[in-house]
Amino acid sequence: MFDEPFARGQSFIHKLDPRIRLLCAGSGIICTALLRHRAAAVYSLLLAVILFILSKPKLKFAFKRILAVNIFILFLWLTVPLSPGGENFVQAGSLGINRRGVELVTLLTLKSNAIALLFLALVATMNVAVLGKALSSLRCPDKLVFLLLFTYRYIHVVLDGWQRLWSAAKLRAFTPGSNVRSYRAFANMLGMTFVQSFTRSGRVYEAMRLRGFSGSFVSAAPFKTAGRDIVFVILLVILLAIIYARDIYGVEHAGSAYF
Amino acid sequence: MHISEGVLSWPVLAGGAALGVSGVVIGLRRLDYEKLVSAAFVASAFFVASLIHVPVGPSSAHLILNGFVAVLLGWAAFPAIFTALLLQAVLFSYGGITVLGLNTFNMAFPAVLCSLLFFPLLARPGMRRAAGAFCCGAFSVAGAVLLTALSLSWTNEGFALSAKILFVAHIPVMLAEGVLTVLMFSFVHKVRPDILKFF
Repeated sequence: MFDEPFARGQSFIHKLDPRIRLLCAGSGIICTALLRHRAAAVYSLLLAVILFILSKPKLKFAFKRILAVNIFILFLWLTVPLSPGGENFVQAGSLGINRRGVELVTLLTLKSNAIALLFLALVATMNVAVLGKALSSLRCPDKLVFLLLFTYRYIHVVLDGWQRLWSAAKLRAFTPGSNVRSYRAFANMLGMTFVQSFTRSGRVYEAMRLRGFSGSFVSAAPFKTAGRDIVFVILLVILLAIIYARDIYGVEHAGSAYF
Repeated sequence: MHISEGVLSWPVLAGGAALGVSGVVIGLRRLDYEKLVSAAFVASAFFVASLIHVPVGPSSAHLILNGFVAVLLGWAAFPAIFTALLLQAVLFSYGGITVLGLNTFNMAFPAVLCSLLFFPLLARPGMRRAAGAFCCGAFSVAGAVLLTALSLSWTNEGFALSAKILFVAHIPVMLAEGVLTVLMFSFVHKVRPDILKFF
């Protein structure tokens, strides 16, 4: 269920130093999030699509991920253009489709998808263990990295525990509904999941202490930065600078600045 | 509902990130490694709970349980929720990196506030405990949705309608989470009362 389909791959992107990928993803994502004009957002989306293709993604999984991002965007498409104010495209009784609203949501759709693709290309291409190690070597606090790695390690275990309770309930013909009885069953099963988690955490900690755990993880294979990493960084910085400059000096769309 | 990336304006994102990071720092300071392992397990359970759908009226909603997490962890709910949201972004593309700080603050702050406010009630027996647990569950979700709606409307006045719809649609979820928190709290109180005094 918590498979990482993008992390297994042999593309050019997968071979880059994870620290470099993380820094590039961070700057690309922040730069895109700050864009205010449609033209620059289109360029940014193009860049993201190219990087995404370079990472040779598995399309079936990619489709699901992009759909997840666009559920919220769909909600905005259904509500923002109907908000009152400004000139309307179409008027039907008291409901009008607002031109400014449509332009705003178009811009957000472009930006949102560009960021999602950048993220899939540069961050989802490493598994959580590598992500933790990369964050740690980028001076992220040890405790936070520890929390990330442990939470990831144990979501599988906690989910297993929940599924055991759930199938036991199903075997006893439990059909959930909106009533106190169902809620009590849910609450007992959820409470049990939390209690089991706490009990297990005590055992895990004792086992770790017995093995001499001192607070940080030691890695056997350090990251290495190669020539291609530097070329990648330089290219990406130039492209982002062009996109950002296009956004600041976007004369023909000056009227469409929202933020 | 998670706000996607690229939607909010930079002052809202930056303010949210600053508040979220401060909360995470405060939470981490209060955790030694033993408690950190427990916090990781609670974060895992919070992550798993967000995948579970419970029936609410004619429809269904996924659980949030931020209130219950704060009852168990106190300020440590900040780093736990931060981690779970980061994993949701990495594994499912829900939410994202630029909104991570803001989403953490929106989810964790009302929950921590409720756990501090209603703590005296939770320690009392009987109906007062149930009332405290209900308030923790319901107001934590209400606060989270309210902050999310405000983040939208502070970005652009065009989002006012979306923000209102978002809030109204979550009212049944608030009630359901309140009821569930009462029942879960009473279950844990019967089975392992010691973990409720953990933090």
